[in-house]
Amino acid sequence: MNNVFVYCEIEEGQVADVSLELLTKGRKLADDLKCELEAIVIGADLKGVEKQIMPYGVDTVWIASDKRLYPYTTLPHTAIIVKLFGDEKPQVALMGATSIGRDLGPRVSSALHSGLTADCTSLIIGDHEDKKNNKVYKDLLYQIRPAFGGNIVATIINPDCRPQMATVREGVMKKEIRSEAYKGKVKQLDVEKYVSAEDFVVKVIERHMEASKVNIKNAGIIIAGGYGVGSKENFDKLYELADVIGAEVGASRAAVDAGYAAHERQIGQTGVTVRPKLYIACGISGQIQHTAGMEESSMVIAINTDKNAPINNFADYVITGDIADVIPKMIKQYKENTK
Amino acid sequence: MKGLKIVVLAKQVPDTRNVGKDAMKADGTVNRAVLPAIFNPEDLNALEQALRLKDKYAGTEVTLLTMGPGRAAEIIREGLYRGADNGILLSDRAFAGSDTLATSYALSCTLKKMGKIDIIIAGRQAIDGDTAQVGPQVAEKLGFPQITYAEDIVSAEKGKIVIKRRLERGIEIVEGTLPMVVTVNASAPECRPRNAKYVMKYKHARAVSEMQDASEDYTLLHNNRPYLNIGEWSVNDIETKAEELGLTGSPTKVKAIENVVFQAKEAKVLEPTDADMGELMKELIANHTIG
Ligand SMILES: Cc1cc2nc3c(=O)[nH]c(=O)nc-3n(C[C@H](O)[C@H](O)[C@H](O)COP(=O)(O)OP(=O)(O)OC[C@H]3O[C@@H](n4cnc5c(N)ncnc54)[C@H](O)[C@@H]3O)c2cc1C
Ligand SMILES: Cc1cc2nc3c(=O)[nH]c(=O)nc-3n(C[C@H](O)[C@H](O)[C@H](O)COP(=O)(O)OP(=O)(O)OC[C@H]3O[C@@H](n4cnc5c(N)ncnc54)[C@H](O)[C@@H]3O)c2cc1C
Repeated sequence: MNNVFVYCEIEEGQVADVSLELLTKGRKLADDLKCELEAIVIGADLKGVEKQIMPYGVDTVWIASDKRLYPYTTLPHTAIIVKLFGDEKPQVALMGATSIGRDLGPRVSSALHSGLTADCTSLIIGDHEDKKNNKVYKDLLYQIRPAFGGNIVATIINPDCRPQMATVREGVMKKEIRSEAYKGKVKQLDVEKYVSAEDFVVKVIERHMEASKVNIKNAGIIIAGGYGVGSKENFDKLYELADVIGAEVGASRAAVDAGYAAHERQIGQTGVTVRPKLYIACGISGQIQHTAGMEESSMVIAINTDKNAPINNFADYVITGDIADVIPKMIKQYKENTK
Repeated sequence: MKGLKIVVLAKQVPDTRNVGKDAMKADGTVNRAVLPAIFNPEDLNALEQALRLKDKYAGTEVTLLTMGPGRAAEIIREGLYRGADNGILLSDRAFAGSDTLATSYALSCTLKKMGKIDIIIAGRQAIDGDTAQVGPQVAEKLGFPQITYAEDIVSAEKGKIVIKRRLERGIEIVEGTLPMVVTVNASAPECRPRNAKYVMKYKHARAVSEMQDASEDYTLLHNNRPYLNIGEWSVNDIETKAEELGLTGSPTKVKAIENVVFQAKEAKVLEPTDADMGELMKELIANHTIG
């Protein structure tokens, strides 16, 4: 009772990365709150799924397996979670800010009358003093999120309603196994007791999903090109550097719009959020919609002809110069220094 | 066939996409006064889906519903110019400070009062609050099923609705029953422009609170042409529980808001020379960042 719950999304029998990232965060929150971490998986043919989940430090895995529960549709998944949360009364519940989590989360929060905070970038435990009512709340979930198109960051709390629900985008939290040998319990749910025939009014007739091909969000080093790279040919130089130092290539929206790079490489508010150990921004001005997706990089190198480019405010190293000149020099110097 | 009854949920939002330097006040709050108020972009995509159904199924009626201050009637007028049949402005101090749950509660109480509805179409997400929660929360409160992330409402006939959804990693075609709540993505077709004929017809359409603030007297005009009255409802026109409204009815509270400020860190400035690039590479290799 009163534990931290994570809803685990399933695609092709695999637990989604975003869910594993949330389990990692959930474990940390459960440690801070001195409670247990529980996971709920809903789908079809889920035999053995707990093996993917428990190593993240999960104490109880709830499994609802029924062939009608995959692919995801809103009502049956909502019905299961609403009843389970009603019985188990979690204090915190986390979901991915994905097309599933953002369909399911608000539905569940509406049914339970609990607050839901969308797209959090940070979740921490803290106290809150309600001065007006002279009340102190201990150990609330601070849900920190950008709003207003990324122009402000708000800290949201749910003082009175439970669970405190939040969604988080893929790639925002780190994914880290607690222990391969972590032992938790598995509880199978009797699906018939949770869903009714009317919950299946929406049917998926056709489905075409593609696994995303490039994986910039897990890359340790990212070389991101912007409009200032100037051409698709110049982008090839970025790939060359990426090859040499073992990096992935990302892009700003202006570079994607100009056709220099594919959309799946876009970093920022309407692309992916990345947090590599090294981010090399090449010919990127550093507009807020872009920096929203890279500002948590551990180290940033900015290469720009404009010595006052806003991106330089995020940089640990500022190189004022032309991409076409700087990148080949970097390649050459890397090779010489690793010989 | 007797046509569909469709309600489009639309929100007036500050244009957060082109935020200038003066958009933030010194205390870190948003200076709404300098941001143009616009029709939430995805709600225009939603309106277009509704108008396409109206084109396709004779007798279909499209009503806009917006909750906001008196000024929000502007977007109802905008919707009328593009082909909507009528609109309701839900406006009351009692709704101030609503989070998504209290917003969806107020909207759902209004929708219940509006009689039988076949399809409620919302935008996926508003560009100010950025949560994408109101559509599904309204659906739950009405006990309607929902189909989110719609790109195309393919058909809505004989009590069935077929929708193409655009998800992060692909598409789905789904079929459901009416009534239904649908939320529409920006990837759906853009909204048609204003129609000159409708602009002429509705340019004097006003909601009550707009008329109070206006210098002109619309009374006579509106008495002669009732369609120029934009319906305006207050909390007294719908059945609500006070504890579910506004700030009191909102489980989420904003504890703190920060303006996103650029804090310049101490950066090392390098020249684009072989010598400096060599130093950089040595440093990165030495501290295990690369290599
Ligand atoms: C709702 C919304 C969402 C958005 N989402 C995103 C998003 O997810 N991701 C994103 O990136 N953007 C996003 N944008 C767009 C964003 O506002 C900027 O327009 C975009 O990031 C600019 O890209 P850029 O820096 O590559 O181009 P520019 O702003 O054109 O900058 C080019 C830079 O290159 C430099 N330069 C030029 N030539 C050279 C050279 N030869 N060598 C070195 N430097 C050179 C210039 O000095 C300049 O600083 C969004 C915008 C909106 C409104
Ligand atoms: C900084 C900040 C952060 C916030 N964070 C949260 C949060 O995490 N959780 C939370 O519950 N609330 C939050 N709120 C409150 C929330 O923004 C408001 O409740 C808002 O009225 C509705 O949410 P939205 O703008 O996100 O709409 P969305 O849920 O993104 O809107 C989806 C669709 O619902 C319809 N719709 C939404 N509002 C209306 C309306 N007034 N009239 C008619 N149709 C409408 C439109 O079709 C719209 O496209 C936040 C507010 C601020 C200022």
